[in-house]
Amino acid sequence: MDAILFYASAAVAVTSAVVVIAQRNPTYSAFALIVTLCSLSVIFALLGSPFIAVLQVIVYAGAIMVLFLFVLMLLNVKSEEDTPGRGGRTLGGVALALVTLLVLQAGAVLVRSKPGPAPQFDASTRKMAEVLFSPHFLYVFEATSILILAALVGAVALARKEP
Amino acid sequence: MSPSPMIQELVIAAVKIALVVGTLLGLFSVMTWVERRTLAFMQYRLGPNRTGPFGILQPIADGIKLFFKEEVMPAAADKWGFLAAPVVAVSTALLAVAVLPYGPPFALPQLDFLPIWLWPEWVKGRTVQIQIATIDVGLLFIFAIGALGVYGIVLAGWSANNKYTLLGGLRSSAQMFSYELALGLSWVGIIMLAGSFQIADIVNAQSGWFWRWNAFVQFPAFVVYFIAATAEVARIPFDLPEGESELVAGFHTEYSSMRFALLQMAEYINMITVAVLATNLFLGGWHAGIPGLPSEGLPGFVWWGAKVSVLLFVFIWLRGTLPRFRYDQLMNIGWKVLIPVAAVWILATATGVALGLFPVASS
Repeated sequence: MDAILFYASAAVAVTSAVVVIAQRNPTYSAFALIVTLCSLSVIFALLGSPFIAVLQVIVYAGAIMVLFLFVLMLLNVKSEEDTPGRGGRTLGGVALALVTLLVLQAGAVLVRSKPGPAPQFDASTRKMAEVLFSPHFLYVFEATSILILAALVGAVALARKEP
Repeated sequence: MSPSPMIQELVIAAVKIALVVGTLLGLFSVMTWVERRTLAFMQYRLGPNRTGPFGILQPIADGIKLFFKEEVMPAAADKWGFLAAPVVAVSTALLAVAVLPYGPPFALPQLDFLPIWLWPEWVKGRTVQIQIATIDVGLLFIFAIGALGVYGIVLAGWSANNKYTLLGGLRSSAQMFSYELALGLSWVGIIMLAGSFQIADIVNAQSGWFWRWNAFVQFPAFVVYFIAATAEVARIPFDLPEGESELVAGFHTEYSSMRFALLQMAEYINMITVAVLATNLFLGGWHAGIPGLPSEGLPGFVWWGAKVSVLLFVFIWLRGTLPRFRYDQLMNIGWKVLIPVAAVWILATATGVALGLFPVASS
């Protein structure tokens, strides 16, 4: 059951990710990206962390992609024209993707070759909160929130009309 | 011989899904009639009263009409987007209802007179709750699906290639992500008090006297929730995405026939979801509010149903009473009133919990 769900959502994720870059219509690309993010969230849920799965949808597929679409619709962007030098960039992109794949595979092989049973971990919401707010991560967590707050204040200051 | 536990669970889940979705679709058609009649009475009119007794068959007549109408698609519309939009709207609306509990847990009756293939041994006396999925992050799941729900409207507005629909779609995306923040923040206090994201746990944290309900304990959060939820489902006074005086009919201007009915259905289901959620989170769910009164089994359903009905009536009442906000007013209320109020209230609740002033459910 889990395996079927995993392969189905992985296939959807990869297909829609290809659509994101292959599609010339930016609005279609944005919608395909939403599909990618949602299917990734299914994989997170299968890995036993519903919290991360839900956050993925709320933050990325929800908030951020709505902003993307908002801008696309506001500017009423039409399909992209073919730009010169596209072939070279495509090649570069494919090469980069292959290198990334190799690195990830190497990592997976290294992890699997370690002796002993696979490490067990508890990814439930309660456990995550305990780890996040433990003294080990608390300061990092709070510093990140201050960073985000600073970005927020900066955005408001930039967007504000001079009185 | 009874089937394996997994098959039993699957059968029960399938029955629950059919029951909940069927009831919601039925409720949608009844609600259209209730809304039109109630509004009419509020405005000294009669409303639809010709089809059947009191006009109760009006939804069926409407359905038949919508089925036989021609489906029109603008020539310059984006074909796939235009077709997908109602589907996205309805499926996200129906996904959100999966984690809501509908009434208290109850034991299935014996019903020995039914044939064994229809009512087998293993269902007799089994305790069930009408809730399709019980997941660890129930409340957040609803939030996530609500965040996706906006895409149906955005897609509908964009794909029709009409400036009014586009403006409607833009407005709705801006409105929904503004009010989603306030909506989510209004839940934080009750999550802290219940110590759980699961809606059933939150309901059970409110048992006892009715002043233990979150609507009283968390009154500011309740007000924020109610305003934000009204805006989230784009009901009057926040129905700017449709705004017929400015935008013809907003995002669904170009839709006709069954596709229009689907968009309409999504809206009503969202409204019912919001009312059910308010009942469960703030009004004590199926608890009577007075310790002596029974709130398990059938009486629980009665309490629960009464609370949901009152909330649905309030939505209609608001529509019959209030004028529409201006767009800048809408944004101001969302960002400058609701979010600060909710944030301050979270701080107050957290302080109260830390000092032991609030009754916190043990977990």
